Amino acid sequence: MNFQIATLLGQDGLTNGAIYALLALSILLVFTVTRILLIPLGEFVTFGALTMAAIQMGKAPVLEWLLLLLTTIDCSLDIYQQARTRIDKTKLQKTALKLGYALLMVGLMHYLNLAETPMFFQAVLTLCLIVPLGPIMYRLFFQPLADAPALVLLIVSIATHVAMVGVGLLLFGPEGARTQPFSDSGFRLGNVMLKSQTLWIILVSIVLIVSLFIAFERTLYGKALRATAVNRMGARLQGISPVFAGKATFALAAFLGAASGILIAPITTLYYDSGFIISLKGFVGAIIGGLISYPIAAIGAVAVGMIEAFSMFWASNYKEIIVFTLIIPFLIWRSMNSQHVEDEE
Amino acid sequence: MLSKKICTALFLTSSLLAPLANAEIKIGVVSSSTGPIALVGIPQKNTVALLPKSVAGEKVTYISLDDGSDPTATVKAFKKLIDEEKVDAIIGPSGSGNAMGVIQFAAESGTPMLAPVGTAAVVLPMTEQKKWVFKTTQNDDLIASALVDQMKSSGVKTIGLFGTADPFGENWSKVMKELTKKAGIKIVANEYFQRQDTSVTGQSLKILIANPDAVLIAAPGSSSVMPQTTLKEQGYGGQIYQTHGAALDPFLRLGGKAVEGTILAASLMLVLDEVPDSPSKAIATKYVADYKNLYGKTPATFGGNVFDAGLLLKNAIPSALKAGKPGTPEFRAALRSALEHTKEMPATQGVYNLTPADHSGFDERGRELITVKNGKWTLLK
Repeated sequence: MNFQIATLLGQDGLTNGAIYALLALSILLVFTVTRILLIPLGEFVTFGALTMAAIQMGKAPVLEWLLLLLTTIDCSLDIYQQARTRIDKTKLQKTALKLGYALLMVGLMHYLNLAETPMFFQAVLTLCLIVPLGPIMYRLFFQPLADAPALVLLIVSIATHVAMVGVGLLLFGPEGARTQPFSDSGFRLGNVMLKSQTLWIILVSIVLIVSLFIAFERTLYGKALRATAVNRMGARLQGISPVFAGKATFALAAFLGAASGILIAPITTLYYDSGFIISLKGFVGAIIGGLISYPIAAIGAVAVGMIEAFSMFWASNYKEIIVFTLIIPFLIWRSMNSQHVEDEE
Repeated sequence: MLSKKICTALFLTSSLLAPLANAEIKIGVVSSSTGPIALVGIPQKNTVALLPKSVAGEKVTYISLDDGSDPTATVKAFKKLIDEEKVDAIIGPSGSGNAMGVIQFAAESGTPMLAPVGTAAVVLPMTEQKKWVFKTTQNDDLIASALVDQMKSSGVKTIGLFGTADPFGENWSKVMKELTKKAGIKIVANEYFQRQDTSVTGQSLKILIANPDAVLIAAPGSSSVMPQTTLKEQGYGGQIYQTHGAALDPFLRLGGKAVEGTILAASLMLVLDEVPDSPSKAIATKYVADYKNLYGKTPATFGGNVFDAGLLLKNAIPSALKAGKPGTPEFRAALRSALEHTKEMPATQGVYNLTPADHSGFDERGRELITVKNGKWTLLK
């Protein structure tokens, strides 16, 4: 172990840690606002990476059909509901708009020369495909039982995860994929080679985290979400729609998940089922933060990345065991230090 | 009244027909077309449609089940095939661990099992139960010895092993330890990683520090790519060897420039255009063409393993038919001993010579030394 190795491992740990931090924040956000532990978050990561890879190979990623299918179900539910109450013109317009968006995406995927478009645009397209899946998922699977006990929500969440892994296999096939790096250049710091992708990941993660922070502190919508997280009933009494809060957090989670996927796809091979283990490490970070504190969760997630990198060097066989055993002392420490409040109204 | 009569008539006819229906040969196929080893299972499941439809005038039906890569589901699938469907033989499962768990059920019911799995442990050491198991893949040591010979002749003195932390990687490290000892090559680093790991920097650095002449990466499917790209990125200059686990086209696509010059030993299916004519080449060429017609892409070698299982059965069924009717224990026992005496049978993976002691039966005709040149598989010369 010398300085050079330590920096290489540190660089690796920081890269993965930044991704885990993004995921830990999404898990935390969704949990505090909706009481749902978002197990399918990892699937957004893999869907993001695999869609990007498909686009770069110049073929339509097939995901657009899933989007169209789910949007259609969503819209028919909307129309059914309205037919039972009364027809509202603005709501109908909204439904038509959603369907139009899905159709537009299908059209774009099939008529654009995907491989030729610049990489930034490819990433935007990927996000445009995946982010709407978040709110639709909330609408279809969670909204009908938003008031159910947390355990029921957890079970539905696990079921959604299993279904999405299956869908992933169907859409993307069993082979792994990786994408082209954002830029090929790397530069030297002393005698250590720094990869530019690492810098990209760390930079984008910091930008995302800071903009999230600003959004939650300064904007009305951000404050509404925070209010829901603090007290659901109270926020509702103040006129904050729980449906809106749920959909907004799911959209944010899908965005952060897919963005993480796009960021790490150039440095690793991702499979349709790799998402779970990645989001699980974000989850360890969120647990370190007690599923309540954002900064501690982010720091915890980076620590997970670091520990992972160094245990990979010293004891590659026991890497996962070391990372997941971390959770135990924190749970003990947490349960001893905080009085437990049962959150079941 | 009338409908009651019809019902009775139907019932009677069906009970008459039932024994007739039993006379056809039933083969069960268990593959992992979903779950972590779907990469292996999907081409295997697809191959079922290409298996022989009739043998010696008897119709053969295939019952294909998916075990989702889950060993418990494999046991359930086997029990279903044996108890309910009363199959005469089973092809599968796809995974090494899955196969180890069902050997006793195949043996207890006396059903021959043709396993297209990697690990030699399903047929070695031969026991009373494993008598019922046949393996349609090259044993790891057959592939490994080709690689070790190549290392020796190119002057490699020290190697690093970089394998997956699963039965595939572990068995390779075991086999390599024995073979390298004989060849006088020293293993200076032995590192493991998980298929889903997002980074292998730590393991790769450790190998770099040991600085071996060559590195052997033992990982199934696309997971074999990342160790190699990481090693190259960190500036490793030695020769990199891969196993037959890497012998898939995604390996070339994902690896790009980093896998140029890799040496591996695998079945001739990868380099069909270059190998000299042989019965195996003809069979493999036809299989690849048929598969391509049906699914629009070339099959991975894993599919060939199932195809070979079908050919082995086709070869053994005629003599087994003399001993009894399909669906009877006599037929299954005869099928087993007929399989055991397969002689010089060419198939997609090489030539099979099965004996009571060797239920895999490949020789050096079942492997080729292959390298990657200009992004394509080429025969190593």
